Amino acid sequence: MSAVAAYFQNIKEATASIFEGLSITLSHMIRKPVTIQYPDKTAKPVSEMMPERSRSWLRVEMDTCTACLMCETSCPIDCIKITTEKDSPVGRAMSQFDIDMAKCMYCGLCTEPCPTGAIHFVPEFERAAYSLEEMISRFIPEGNYVVPYKPPKKEKLEETPPASTEAPLQS
Amino acid sequence: MEQFAIYLHENFFYQAPLWMIKAAVQVGFASIVLLLFVSPFAGILSFIERRIAGRMQDRIGPNRVGPQGILQFLADGVKSLLKEDLIPKDADKPLFILAPYLVFLGMFTTFVALPFSSKLIVADLNVGILYIFATSSLTVVGLVMAGWGSGSKWSMLGGMRSAAQVISYEIPAGLAALTVLLLTGSLSMQAIIKAQGAHPWQWFIFDNPFTLISFFILFIALIAEGNRTPFDLPEAESELVSGYNTEYSGMRFVFFFFAEWANLYIIGAIMTTLFLGGWQIPQSLYNASAAVANWFPQVVQLLFFQIKALVLIFIVVQLRWTLPRIRMDQLMSLCWKYLVPIGFFCVMGVAVWMLLFPQGVPWMRTFLTILAGITLVYYFYRVYYQIKASNAEIQLNPFV
Repeated sequence: MSAVAAYFQNIKEATASIFEGLSITLSHMIRKPVTIQYPDKTAKPVSEMMPERSRSWLRVEMDTCTACLMCETSCPIDCIKITTEKDSPVGRAMSQFDIDMAKCMYCGLCTEPCPTGAIHFVPEFERAAYSLEEMISRFIPEGNYVVPYKPPKKEKLEETPPASTEAPLQS
Repeated sequence: MEQFAIYLHENFFYQAPLWMIKAAVQVGFASIVLLLFVSPFAGILSFIERRIAGRMQDRIGPNRVGPQGILQFLADGVKSLLKEDLIPKDADKPLFILAPYLVFLGMFTTFVALPFSSKLIVADLNVGILYIFATSSLTVVGLVMAGWGSGSKWSMLGGMRSAAQVISYEIPAGLAALTVLLLTGSLSMQAIIKAQGAHPWQWFIFDNPFTLISFFILFIALIAEGNRTPFDLPEAESELVSGYNTEYSGMRFVFFFFAEWANLYIIGAIMTTLFLGGWQIPQSLYNASAAVANWFPQVVQLLFFQIKALVLIFIVVQLRWTLPRIRMDQLMSLCWKYLVPIGFFCVMGVAVWMLLFPQGVPWMRTFLTILAGITLVYYFYRVYYQIKASNAEIQLNPFV
C-alpha cells in the first residue's frame, strides 16, 4: 500500500472505529446497571444471596449439643469457651457456651468433629459492633444451665468399624 | 449599578474619579454573576459526567449525597476545603501558589466573550474568538508553572507534556476557526452567530464540505487543549500519578479540577457558537416568545444555546469513556500529520468555495444536512443492534 493510501486508510479506520465505539458506549448507557446497592436496595435478603455452605457466623443448636467439648479443643485459636458444671441445680450442665466471633477465623474446624452437627455456619455475616464484647456470641444466657443432649444408643451401628477416609501413610 | 457607584463615590471613595468606580462596580458585578453561573455549572457538570460514566460502565455512579447524589460536588468541595494545604519542601513556592489561579483565570476570563443569547453576553468584543483562544492559552502557563513549581518529576513531566500538547493543538484549532472567520468576515462572537440561521441547514457546519471537516478538527483540537481523554497525557494517572497536579492538595487541587470541568463547557460553547448556530431560534418561535414578555426570547435563546452545548459536552464525556489514551508520538502525529494539513486544506477549500460560489450552494447545504441525518439514524441503529446482539436489559430511567 502506498503511503497516501495508508494515510487515508488510517483516517477511515479511525472514523469507523470511533463511530462504532460511541455506539457501544451509548448502548451500555441505556442498559440496566448491574450494581447491587448492598445495604439499601437488594433484590432479596442478603442471607439468601450468600452461596451455599458459605462460612459466616457460627450458631450452636443448644438442644442437640452434647457438651463433648470437641469444638472447643479443635478450635486453633481458642475462641470457643464452654464451661460445664457437675453439681448444678439440674445436674451436669453447661453454664457457658461463648464463641468470640471477633477472634474467629471462619476455618470451620469446629463444625467437623461435632457429633450431632449442633455447631454450624449460618448464611449471615453482617456483624459490626462498637466493642469487642458485643462480638461474643453467648448461647447460654448468664445464670442459666443447659442439660447436654444424650443421643439414643445405636448399638449395631457402633459395632461396625468406621471406614477409613484417609489414605494410610506410606513409609 | 450606576447609583451604587455614585453612592460609593459620595460616601467612601470620594478621592477616586467616578468613572473608575463605575468601571470597578461593573467588573465586580460581572464577575459575581459569572462566578455564580460558572461555579454551580462546573460542579453539576462533574456530577453529570460521573453519572454518565457510571451508566456507561454498567454501574450507577454517585447517588448517596442529596437526592440522586446531586449534592455530591458540594460534599467534595467541602471535603477539599477541610483538607490540609500542603506545599512540598522542594517546591518553588511563589510559582506553586500562583499556578492554580492562572489556570482558573485562563478558564474564567473566557466566559466573558461567550454569547449566551442575543443580549446576554458580558462583552461582545470585536476580537471575540481571538480573545477566547488567547485567554484559554493562559491555562498552559499555569499548567507548566504547576509542573515546574511542584519540584516533582511526575509534575514536571505532566507540565511539559501539557505545554507540548496545548501549543501543538492551538494550530489546528486556529485553522479550523479560520474557516468560519472567512465565511463571517468578523471575529466577534455575536457576528458569527448572526451570520448563521436557526435551522440546521443554515449552520456553518453544513455550509460546505470543508466546514464540516473543520468542525471535527476544531472539536478534536479543543478536546486536546482541554486535556480530556483520549488526550489526557498531562494527567495520565497510570504513568504520571496525576501529572501536574500530583503535589496539590485541598482547595488548590480543586481549582485545577474546577478549571477542567468549566473548560468542558467552554468546548461546547465555542463549538456551538462557531458551527451550530449559537443561540439562533426560528423567527416564529421568537415572535411567539416575544408575545409572552419582552425578555422571554432571551430565555428561549439561552435554552437553545445550552441544549446545543450540552449535547456536545455529552459527546466529549462519551468519548472519554470510549477511547483509550493515545501515546505521546501518536498525539503529535495526529496533530502535525493529520489535523494541521487537513486544516490548511479546509481553509483553502473554503476560500476557493467562497470565490466560486459567493452566494453559497443551497443544494450542498441540504445534502450535507441529510447526510448528517442519515449518519445519526445509522448511529442509533448501531446502538439498537448492540443491545439486540447482547440481549441486554434496558433501563432508560436515569434515577435508580
